[in-house]
Amino acid sequence: MTVSLTPQGEQHRPSLQPTGWLRYFSFSVDHKVIGLQYLVCGFLFYLIGGALAGAIRTELVSPMSDFMPRDVYNQVLTLHGTVMIFLWIVPVVNGAFGNYLIPFYVGARDMAFPRLNAVAFWLIPPAGLLLISSYFITGAAQSGWTAYPPLSTTTAASGQVIWILSVLLLGGSSIFGGINFIATVLKLRRPGLKLMQLPMYCWAMLGTSILVVLSTPVLAGTLILLSFDIVAHTGFFNPGLGGNVVVYQHLFWFYSHPAVYIMVLPAFGLVSEILPVHCRKPLFGYATMVYSIMAIVVLGLVVWAHHMFTSGTPPWMRLFFTIATAFIAVPTGIKFFNWLATLWGGRIALNSAVLFSCGFIINFVLGGITGVALAQVPFDVHVHDTYFVVAHFHYIVYGGTVFVIFASIYHWYPKVTGRMLNETLGRLHFLLTFIGFNLCFAPQHWLGLNGMPRRVAEYDPQFAFINQLSSAGALLMAISTLPFLWNVVDSAFRGEIAGDNPWNALTPEWLTSSPPPVENWEGEAPLVHEPYGYGVPIDQIDLAAASGSDLWSSGK
Amino acid sequence: MILVLGGLWIGQNVNLLPADASANAPVYDELFRVLFSIGTILFIGIVGLVIFSLIRFRRRPSQRGDGLAIEGNLPLEIFWTAVPAIVVLFVGLYSYDIYDRMGGMTPLNHGMDHSAPMHDPSPPDENGERVWGGIGTSSIQAKDGGAIAAVPIEVTAMQFAFLFRYPQGDFISGELHVPAGKPVSLRMEAKDVIHAFWVPEFRLKQDVIPGQPTVLNFTPTRPGTYPIVCAELCGPYHGGMRSSVVVDDPESYEAWFNANNTLEVADA
Repeated sequence: MTVSLTPQGEQHRPSLQPTGWLRYFSFSVDHKVIGLQYLVCGFLFYLIGGALAGAIRTELVSPMSDFMPRDVYNQVLTLHGTVMIFLWIVPVVNGAFGNYLIPFYVGARDMAFPRLNAVAFWLIPPAGLLLISSYFITGAAQSGWTAYPPLSTTTAASGQVIWILSVLLLGGSSIFGGINFIATVLKLRRPGLKLMQLPMYCWAMLGTSILVVLSTPVLAGTLILLSFDIVAHTGFFNPGLGGNVVVYQHLFWFYSHPAVYIMVLPAFGLVSEILPVHCRKPLFGYATMVYSIMAIVVLGLVVWAHHMFTSGTPPWMRLFFTIATAFIAVPTGIKFFNWLATLWGGRIALNSAVLFSCGFIINFVLGGITGVALAQVPFDVHVHDTYFVVAHFHYIVYGGTVFVIFASIYHWYPKVTGRMLNETLGRLHFLLTFIGFNLCFAPQHWLGLNGMPRRVAEYDPQFAFINQLSSAGALLMAISTLPFLWNVVDSAFRGEIAGDNPWNALTPEWLTSSPPPVENWEGEAPLVHEPYGYGVPIDQIDLAAASGSDLWSSGK
Repeated sequence: MILVLGGLWIGQNVNLLPADASANAPVYDELFRVLFSIGTILFIGIVGLVIFSLIRFRRRPSQRGDGLAIEGNLPLEIFWTAVPAIVVLFVGLYSYDIYDRMGGMTPLNHGMDHSAPMHDPSPPDENGERVWGGIGTSSIQAKDGGAIAAVPIEVTAMQFAFLFRYPQGDFISGELHVPAGKPVSLRMEAKDVIHAFWVPEFRLKQDVIPGQPTVLNFTPTRPGTYPIVCAELCGPYHGGMRSSVVVDDPESYEAWFNANNTLEVADA
């Protein structure tokens, strides 16, 4: 992967930092370098997390626990969840694209705190290696990524403590990043650029960063208390010493539900950037998009207990969290309808970026529908902690966010490298991923409804066929990575030269060279008041220049 | 219109659920069908719209220009804010109603449940500890008109098994036997880590939490043998932590109970 990012066209620039490929391994303070560091590092962890998922699906091909020992299986599922969330999705969708794009969007030459930014990135590789190495040194944590006590306090302590340490480091990295984004969006805007003129991704990152800064410290505190319970035998969560195990769940989900929005809000922002460019239309309903992001931020903080409907929570709490959770569907729905309206009447280029974005819309809508259903207490009581939930959240974080990550890579690759990705391979990648993903996770809804709990290494033999179907889908997903990897590496050297602005986009990152110079622009930063000023007004279609089908398809 | 009717038809006729075997399962299935119908309509509608747009509005080779510069449309925005809000509100109220019918809201009045059946050596009302409710944590008397006393059973979950103690007969069983048509009250405690008691055919699940006894009430209806599944990760053998619940018709339950009863005089 690293080779793909080798900068094209070396320029001589006076710098104390290493130039050339070495800077990607250095403590660089250039936001573009840091963004790519996040992306490549995250992708490497994605491959590891994917291998772990492959191990899980291999185990589940047969109803017996026969592929790996049971405790190893629990370690694998814990690592899979932790790696995918904390080392792949959160760093990439926030850190990678946020760092690369936000300074462009606000018209700045770098992030507000470049050194903090570099620190935030460089916390990730050691934390990730620590987490992975715990498997080889002592055996990894085996209580799931949720680490509920008393299971987490009674299983092997060393693996759990290492897990806590690495999640704390990653949480710290996330908080540093969040502070940096808030400061950059609010304080580093180019003079003359108003908040309501910012590209939507800035708003998404602002909302996300608010969530990060408000909720991640709670997770950190919780995990520190948990580590006290493990190491110092305190009794915060130990019922034998007067502690309470459900309190941990409240604290944990106070972070971990917003974490879902930390993973999907930036994806919403990225889609809002990609669709208008390729549909040649303005983003539909800019203001409502902004308000719905903020509504999701506020609501996202008050829905956590819907993860605990079977944990003996009092009825009033169940009722409140049902209503609050279901209402998140409203602002989310607004965003989806706005994207549909953006597609409507456009001139849609059916390239890989658009296909992945539309795949995201379809997957996420299904995930959202099952989400509203899960918010209903009676429904949730049946399917909580089953494969239905597994299917639901994979539709959100994989079908949602990971699809958007791929869409974004296809969209911004020309900017980063100066070369185009191969479209044929891109569409093949989309097709394989979309089919594989749906084959893998759609049948799991049925599994959950019919009695297969999650996190099991063995199951009722009547579920064997559906599980094999799901595993076949997982295999297809693994295969789908190959054309992508080849495409990214090969196109970096042999791809078609893109030019500065291959998509004719209006957002500021395209108004500079590809790849952009250090400090982003030669001369002054452009002032973009209308980042989505595409399209022709309905009464101004140039009759002389327009073809018949142009008129026909615009409804005139 | 076709979409709505089709969605309703699919919702009513495609059955994704296992057999129902408790009094609240049909109620649950009602909710499921409503959610499934609404979900199907929405999903097919949106997928259809995406695919239609992608085909209808794709860029044809002859086209060079941009699309229409439509920045927004306030009435449309209000429409698709209001409709989901109404749907969500309806679903919320409906599921509240369902929840109420399943007995979920009742402990609102008595969060401190002192009358949990404990036929231990220690007198029942002695333990003033809070019982953390689960769904169906109500007294079910009203359901069959008369006041039927629930069959009390004490459930102990441990790594990696469930034990069922019948205080009325003072014996322990590894398999849960319950009489069809009679309310059952499970009082559940965990010895080590969190487990969850789940019977898919009953559509009921309740975590079994160390240090916090929970209660699960239900009325089995359909005789048969159903799996009991632990649904909360509880250690290496979590997947193997299964048991079964046998719903007997009242006579065979009586026979089974008397065969195991260790008390000379069975409680009335």
